[in-house]
Amino acid sequence: MSVNKETLLDIIECMQKNITANRSYLSDLDREIGDGDHGINMDRGFQEVMKKMDEMKNQDLAGILRTTGMTLAFKVGGASGPLYGTAFMKASDVLKGKNEIVIEDLPVLLDAGISGIQMRGKAEQNEKTMLDALIPAKTALEEALAGGSNSEKAIKAMLDACAAGAEYTKTIKATKGRASYIGERSIGHMDPGAASSLILLQSIAEVIQ
Amino acid sequence: MVGILLVSHVQSLADGVKDLAKMIAPAVPIISVGGLPDGSPGTDVERIYSGLNEADQGDGVMIFMDLGSAVMSTEMALEFEPNDKHIMQNAPIVEGTIIAASAIQAGNTLEEACNLVESQKNVDKF
Repeated sequence: MSVNKETLLDIIECMQKNITANRSYLSDLDREIGDGDHGINMDRGFQEVMKKMDEMKNQDLAGILRTTGMTLAFKVGGASGPLYGTAFMKASDVLKGKNEIVIEDLPVLLDAGISGIQMRGKAEQNEKTMLDALIPAKTALEEALAGGSNSEKAIKAMLDACAAGAEYTKTIKATKGRASYIGERSIGHMDPGAASSLILLQSIAEVIQ
Repeated sequence: MVGILLVSHVQSLADGVKDLAKMIAPAVPIISVGGLPDGSPGTDVERIYSGLNEADQGDGVMIFMDLGSAVMSTEMALEFEPNDKHIMQNAPIVEGTIIAASAIQAGNTLEEACNLVESQKNVDKF
């Protein structure tokens, strides 16, 4: 796996396409346990990112992630804006001075993004948030690479763990965010942030494989 | 004079809290920000950032937020130009704002007003 500027822009475009396609699905999930706007918000944010495409074509890898993060933070309008925005901006710091992302960089990028989300949202794993999808995904990717898997297998392991993590959020009670206000009744529903995290990671895989 | 910035998911909520506070503190600069630029509910970092500058007369700004993303969006707005006199208040938006507005109107400094909010924010209603 090798991701250059053009591929990174393709990944971001693919994220937008998949978020837009899943706009109703994400809002429906949010309507069950929150305020029902996660799909609308994420779609608005990524549509705004697409408006920055010309600007991003003249930026390096770090600049592209930074612009994406800033745009999401400013334009999403819900909690996922500052969360994903901070994640992209922290990942951008890892890419400073680089012209290529290789598979070994991916867990480092995810780790930076996860730290950003934790810093911003002050959440831990098992609170029914996007972290329950992202942290297992990162761990599975690290373990697969450490075990000698090639990039294709490692990315599959990452996606499987992410999907399992998103499913797992159905089984637990929310203790963070608006879903925590409904207590036990949040059990049985997937966290919308975990669902959108899975879509974003699937978009990465869709482009690089 | 210390300013107050109100951040809500809806403009009318922020405006309502401001109206209430203005009754007891007509001289205090209070800026209310709510919702997205198109009027739909949400929080907008850019609008919060402009509101912060509007509320700041040089003696600091006390910021009150409603829920969730209002807190995170405010944090992001504060990170653009860190200023230790722009202070997010960990208090209910109505009670906190009224305490702060009264304190500022009566001549308290930023530090004194923050301490008053902190010490009185959890007073029982009955």
